[in-house]
Amino acid sequence: MKLNLDQEKPIFIQIAEGIEDGILTGAFPEESQIPSITEFSVNYKINPATALKGINLLVDEAVIFKKRGVGMFVAQGAVSKLQKKRQDQFYDNYISRLVDEAKRLGITSDEIIAMIERGFVQ
Amino acid sequence: MSRIEVKDVSKSFKDTQALSCVNLCFEENTIYGLLGRNGAGKSTLLNIINNRLFADSGRVTLDGVSLTENTDALSSCFLANENNLYPEGMKVSQALKWSQEFYPDFDRAYAQKLCESFKLPVKKKIKDLSTGYQSIFRNIVALSVNVPFVFLDEPVLGLDACHRDLFYRTLIEKYAKYPFTAVISTHLIEEAANLIEHVVVIRNGEIIRNEPLDTLLKSGYCISGPGAQIDAYMEGKEVIGVDTLGGLKTAYVIGTPDSMLPSGTEVSRMDLQKLFIRLTDGA
Repeated sequence: MKLNLDQEKPIFIQIAEGIEDGILTGAFPEESQIPSITEFSVNYKINPATALKGINLLVDEAVIFKKRGVGMFVAQGAVSKLQKKRQDQFYDNYISRLVDEAKRLGITSDEIIAMIERGFVQ
Repeated sequence: MSRIEVKDVSKSFKDTQALSCVNLCFEENTIYGLLGRNGAGKSTLLNIINNRLFADSGRVTLDGVSLTENTDALSSCFLANENNLYPEGMKVSQALKWSQEFYPDFDRAYAQKLCESFKLPVKKKIKDLSTGYQSIFRNIVALSVNVPFVFLDEPVLGLDACHRDLFYRTLIEKYAKYPFTAVISTHLIEEAANLIEHVVVIRNGEIIRNEPLDTLLKSGYCISGPGAQIDAYMEGKEVIGVDTLGGLKTAYVIGTPDSMLPSGTEVSRMDLQKLFIRLTDGA
């Protein structure tokens, strides 16, 4: 998970997304323990309440579960759950922005498709 | 729940009105950011709360009990500022020993550990420490006293980037394990912005903002784009500032963005530093 937070999104959302990235890349495998609220807040120099708010988003989605007195763990099936969620968001997060920029630059949809195919080959 | 209440506090020095009718509350277990430009009245306010200065009028209470000249109640508070209360020639190690006498919950072993991590020369006299190490010494005492209300007046003054980083981490670690109220006054807003839960902005001795950071950041936004578009968009809105760069304009607007934005414009979040500059610039 990347160690630089920017100001464009609320910090707690960036924390949640960072943990999601960690789960998707395998840095936090399913059923493994993730760092504590204190570790997250010290690492990112953020208020513990903010870290908790971010992690609670994932607890609500049952991606992370808490074991009382032990810590927080990645749920079984978290990877496929997150893949599904990110796939659903793919259009809004990537395609609409890509098309906006393409329009500004005068790139046609055929040219974009050719570029995408080139990207998959490389 | 413990709380400190500042009620109608005013203070003037000769011709200067340092604080005018300040009303504030500091709740338990929260990190506050006390922000203001040079001479805005931050240090005066902190000094009055901690009984190091007397207010002309108004009062400061802890759970309803006056903090003025009240040793019992004051033992719940600690102010770390540039006024060193230790004797001139005292060595750091002696000062830490004495702190234990005044603050029964002072954790000397923890203070010792922090001295090692910050490489504070404990055998030196306090007055011989560099500016940065004077700040570090004060911060170490402040983090080790274990009182419910800790006031840090410019805790990173003179600290290099590594020591500032270490200080923020140490503060959060301590706060996460043993919550307390920290009131931090600082000019390095960007660095501290993510630690702060509640923001107090003081301008010319008056409190102009006092709200949770989230609420404050959500109270406005930035919109940038071609000058004519932005000018039209700003019509009838509460604009706290505008930056112009050639034909490009950025407006800082209070409220929420319109659902339909003019083409070619972009909206971004307000950050604490930008907002602070807009609120206090030119005042």
